[in-house]
Amino acid sequence: MSVTESVESLNGFAIRADRVSRHYKMGDTVIRAVEQISLDVRTGEFLALLGASGSGKSTLLNLIAGLDRPSGGAIFAQGRDLATMTSEELAAHRNRTIGIVFQSFQLLPRMTLEENVELPLRLAEVPRGERPGRVKEALNRVGLSARTRHRPTELSGGEQQRAAIARALVNRPMILLADEPTGNLDSKTGEEIMNLIAGIHRPADGLGRTIVMVTHERVLAERYADRIVTLSDGVISREERLR
Amino acid sequence: MKLGDLTELAARNLRESMLRNSLTTLGIGIGVASLVALLSLGVGLQQLVGRSVARAGLFDMISVRARQGTPFGQPGGGRRLGRDLDNLAPPRALDDAARKELAALPNVLEVNPEERFTAEARREPYSQLVMVAGMAQSSQSSGTLDGMSGNFFSGPEADEVIVQGDMAKRLLDEGKAPASLLGQEITLRFAQRQALPPPSEQAASDAPNQAVGPDEEAMGFSIVPSEKKFRVVGVTPASDAGGGQVGFNNAGLYLPLAVAEKLQVVQGADLRDATRSGAAGTRYAALNVRASSPAAVSQLESSIAQMGFAAFSLIDVTRNLRTFFAIFDLFLGIFGSLALAVASLGIINTLVMAILERRREIGVLKALGAANRDVRQLFFVEAGVMGFVGGIFGVALGWAIGKAIHLATVVYLKRQGMTSPNIWNVPWWLVLGAIGFAVLVSLASGIYPASRAAKLDPVEALRYE
Repeated sequence: MSVTESVESLNGFAIRADRVSRHYKMGDTVIRAVEQISLDVRTGEFLALLGASGSGKSTLLNLIAGLDRPSGGAIFAQGRDLATMTSEELAAHRNRTIGIVFQSFQLLPRMTLEENVELPLRLAEVPRGERPGRVKEALNRVGLSARTRHRPTELSGGEQQRAAIARALVNRPMILLADEPTGNLDSKTGEEIMNLIAGIHRPADGLGRTIVMVTHERVLAERYADRIVTLSDGVISREERLR
Repeated sequence: MKLGDLTELAARNLRESMLRNSLTTLGIGIGVASLVALLSLGVGLQQLVGRSVARAGLFDMISVRARQGTPFGQPGGGRRLGRDLDNLAPPRALDDAARKELAALPNVLEVNPEERFTAEARREPYSQLVMVAGMAQSSQSSGTLDGMSGNFFSGPEADEVIVQGDMAKRLLDEGKAPASLLGQEITLRFAQRQALPPPSEQAASDAPNQAVGPDEEAMGFSIVPSEKKFRVVGVTPASDAGGGQVGFNNAGLYLPLAVAEKLQVVQGADLRDATRSGAAGTRYAALNVRASSPAAVSQLESSIAQMGFAAFSLIDVTRNLRTFFAIFDLFLGIFGSLALAVASLGIINTLVMAILERRREIGVLKALGAANRDVRQLFFVEAGVMGFVGGIFGVALGWAIGKAIHLATVVYLKRQGMTSPNIWNVPWWLVLGAIGFAVLVSLASGIYPASRAAKLDPVEALRYE
């Protein structure tokens, strides 16, 4: 770890974006999806990225996740600069440092729930003997211990999203990234999922996680997040601290 | 990701698109089958010829003779085999001392005199002029008597004879099987060399056949007609039954070497030596040197030539034969591989299709922490598993096709009234090599799809519907 990285880590920031940009070229046109965004997320903070469709919130989340690389600027996660990481190191970052929950769940339909949840453990080369316990623990946490042998298509949307959360948590990451986690769910199920995420943020045992959630529903953001950052045309247009 | 996990995931993915993957695997199997079927026939033919050559003793035998003048315009006579023989020793007599020296050379298993003579074989009412040869005890285990009916000589000095199948027919009533000669007696009549008795005994003798004339005195021995009975213990296959040449020196009858030596039959070398002055002790017409392995023959031949003898082997013939079959097998392999090349296109097609279908899945794997290497390896293992399963299936199918061709050949040859040699063989190296080759071709076919899958942008892949 470099001196700069150590300082970042010691400052208590789980994520720090420093003038991050992401531009796409479409023919002769340059699309500025994210433009010079600087943002700090404190360890244990619940941040909501709010904005209309096309505002750049999902692009920013992908950059934080290490699924995409910025065109300019730097992103630090847990003290490490993602821009300097090799693709192998970025893969390890996605596997161990963060957990991702998608709007469309992204469970593999050919696998059972336990197999889906086991995938990050396989990728992390966790010993086989250790895996069943970890999978069981994660599924218990989201209340799906009775559905381990079911395939995703045999579950409701809410159950699938809970399974996706279990998969995101199984490697015990310090950061949870959620991209419109309730976007495909009805309001009641969405609320259940948000309560689950809130429980992960501030669990009874006190070992909470940093959460960055992309949403376009202000009500949800106001209800659960510590801070709301609103994006508009790739730049931060508003920042509100709620708690 | 660990290999075990990769294999599990690959097997699961392959099971999910069972029909398409089975058809691709079948394509590989057919490719491997054509390769195995062709090569098994090539190997079978090679072994068939190899057995015949080995039976003739060509692989490890060197015939040594006294060097006579300079036939073919070269010193020493015989084949030179391209070796530099400028420093040859002067020609030497092939006597007991020479035999001992030859036996002491490295890589020499045994040195036996070549006992060959013409005799009359009688079995009433039949009589045949026949070439008789002495056979060393080592011939029993050398494979030269493969297919023989009966047994080898009961001992090195037994009055027993092995009869070549064609000769056996001539000593039997028409239509009788050569093997029916087993256990019967044959009388051999031959010209025997007898040492002259001391002069005092010559004077006392009245026997007419012991009278010593001036010619005999000059030769140092007399020649008398002699005969001896032998029991037939073995009959080798006749030439129309897959038999033919037996041993390095082909003959109609074979006696134990020691017995043949004791018969003291007059040979050409005796008469030649008689015309020379100072000839004393045993002189051999030829000595057969058996090398420990065919690889040692060349060097031995050279050493023997350096000693002042003419050495002769057919190692060059066998070398050319091996070269021919190596090229023959190569061509068969190339033709067999064509089908495998077509099958490899099937693998590429299947895996590229799989990438399109599993685009989103690849995106999910990457989002969960799969490195490009993991995705590449996953597709590689899938290609390898298809190659391995296709290889096993192909070997089994190729084995069956080769066997079917062999059986069809047997039936055809039998209908033609001919014996059917084994022209088909699937050795272990072919089985393992074919499976390994199938896996290798499959992995090579997987390079492009695997690399394409690994390079997929996870963000794009996750958006794919």
